[in-house]
Amino acid sequence: MSLEAKKIEFMSSEQLSIASMTDRVKPVAVGAPVASVHFLGDRAAFVCAEEKIALAGADGEVSHTDVHGGAILCAVSDGARVVTGGDDGKVVALNAKGETSVLAIDAKRRWIDNVALHPDGAVAWSAGKTAFVRSGKGEEKSFDAPSTVGGLAFAPKGLRVAVAHYGGVTLWFPNMAAKPEFLEWAGSHLSVTFSPDNKFLVTAMHEPALHGWRLADNRHMRMSGYPGRVRSMSWSAGGKGLATSGADSVIIWPFTSKDGPMGKQPAMLAPLQARVSAVACHPKQEFMAAGYSDGTVLIVRYEDGAEILVRRNGSEPVSALAWNAKGTLLAFGTEDGDAGMLEF
Amino acid sequence: MSELSSQKIPVTVLTGYLGAGKTTLLNRILSENHGKKYAVIVNEFGEIGIDNDLIIGADEEVFEMNNGCVCCTVRGDLVRIMDGLMKRKGKFDAIIVETTGLADPAPVAQTFFVDEDVQKNARLDAVVTVADAKWLSDRLKDAPEAKNQIAFADVIVLNKTDLVTKPELAEVEARIRGINPYAKLHRTERCKVALSDVLERGAFDLDRILEIEPEFLDAGDDHHHDHDHDHSHGHHHHNDHSHSHGGLKHYHDEDMQSLSLRSDKPLDPTRFMPWLQNLVATEGQKILRSKGILAFADDDDRYVFQGVHMMLEGDHQRKWKEGEPRESRVVFIGRELPEKTIREGFESCIVA
Repeated sequence: MSLEAKKIEFMSSEQLSIASMTDRVKPVAVGAPVASVHFLGDRAAFVCAEEKIALAGADGEVSHTDVHGGAILCAVSDGARVVTGGDDGKVVALNAKGETSVLAIDAKRRWIDNVALHPDGAVAWSAGKTAFVRSGKGEEKSFDAPSTVGGLAFAPKGLRVAVAHYGGVTLWFPNMAAKPEFLEWAGSHLSVTFSPDNKFLVTAMHEPALHGWRLADNRHMRMSGYPGRVRSMSWSAGGKGLATSGADSVIIWPFTSKDGPMGKQPAMLAPLQARVSAVACHPKQEFMAAGYSDGTVLIVRYEDGAEILVRRNGSEPVSALAWNAKGTLLAFGTEDGDAGMLEF
Repeated sequence: MSELSSQKIPVTVLTGYLGAGKTTLLNRILSENHGKKYAVIVNEFGEIGIDNDLIIGADEEVFEMNNGCVCCTVRGDLVRIMDGLMKRKGKFDAIIVETTGLADPAPVAQTFFVDEDVQKNARLDAVVTVADAKWLSDRLKDAPEAKNQIAFADVIVLNKTDLVTKPELAEVEARIRGINPYAKLHRTERCKVALSDVLERGAFDLDRILEIEPEFLDAGDDHHHDHDHDHSHGHHHHNDHSHSHGGLKHYHDEDMQSLSLRSDKPLDPTRFMPWLQNLVATEGQKILRSKGILAFADDDDRYVFQGVHMMLEGDHQRKWKEGEPRESRVVFIGRELPEKTIREGFESCIVA
């Protein structure tokens, strides 16, 4: 394939150590479809589609922990713990030692569709139309959205929660009597993310498009043209760009100017004959990892789109991708349960 | 990556007006010893009397797609539920979606057409409509939802037949056939029906559906000529108009009709596809369901399509078999169908 040819060409122009990257991947025996992966220090927590989380060290040693009685519908991490929501109505936390604690059980045992974490320890989750927040001090508040909650995100500053739903996003301030602010845009809004500088809010919609708002004046940003729904988004180091899945190349929207991506073209990197299914920007450097629907994992440099092959194609889609906080370890997992770690 | 339709999880949509017996049928399905596990999406918890950890409550949230087309609606909650259910693949054999008695089946059906991820994993097997033999005739007059549910059906369970006389039963069946002559109809008491008659029917597998002869329509063209002649003038006068075919009462519904087109001469794909796409784009609000098997000129494959309102899905299905008549059949069910335009349009796609 031309892809392989291109890879070899790039590798030959780089250091030899880079050329051997597929060989340096340590397989991780997760043994079940992987939904997401998160680092707790230097241990990777592979969240399975059902029931378990597999914690793996860089040495490849794996321990499995039961967290839910059924499907694990959502997961989020702050680097110290992984918090998951399940179809058993539970919100469960797992720390790096493999210890679990049940944070909440829905009174009606409804599915927990979304979870979010705040750096100060607050946790948010949603079941149906209701979003809940529990502060670090244990105080619980709830908010009923006009329709089912599609996504939740804490703002980087202050206790403010973005609740995505049909017809827009509600900005909810759980500790203030103030009326929630409503950002309107027609359509069904699913996952939601704040830019690290707190200036922009972006949602991935049910249709293959992103929608964004500049929070200073609620000015709209339409980011469309994807062939498929955007399921994975990742902010690059310093929040300079938002990398996204959903196309046959990585789409990175520029957020360096005060107008964000308005009136600008996104960067389109690492095109393959497959859909990008997962993205994870390096936490410090100017490159990222991208997983594809054919199982390929690449590392891609922003500047020139140079690619390094981490995993070859020939499997189910890559569904999980993450760097550790230091940026020294990359972990990936696929829909058919293959997983691996790479020391960088 | 080709997704074989057999690997996709079959979805049965269960509709029916309030009190027709949906819950009875659902309880029957779940309690019967069939050795299968169903994921059941219900609109209200508590009505189902069976322990089953895969009963999921839905919110019936109908969303308009952001494409400016008002009839392109989907069930947003279903998209989310399907997403979650796919994490439990292998834990169940099929999915049943129950809708509320007042629901329009279109958004549910369209969810399985329009959402890429849902379409990848699941296929609509059949729309099963439970109808109340005693009250359906009345509901067809005063409840547009009830009429929609009949028009959409692939399978109709005509329930509570013990509560009506034989002539009353013939009457209600004739009214159903006036709206939807293509659905498979089962007469039941307390929804006693063989599960194989309602589940995993492959009714959306067009191969089967178009082999079922519309029971009240003659196969030949004669009837259609009559139909044209009788009804092209003064469409609004035939409420309760009935006539006889071989002793069977034949109603024409006031505003819901079906239309069957056929040709034993091949169709020109470069004319047919644009014509069909344009037809559903312009008349899609009137067309509830469309289905077809097509024989294109210089093509050894059967082409099949099905549609809901403006949404179409079609593909080369398989090679025409040796000795199989290469015949094209297209069916539309809808409101105020522009019959003359459709017939003329179809004729113009036939290779002379």
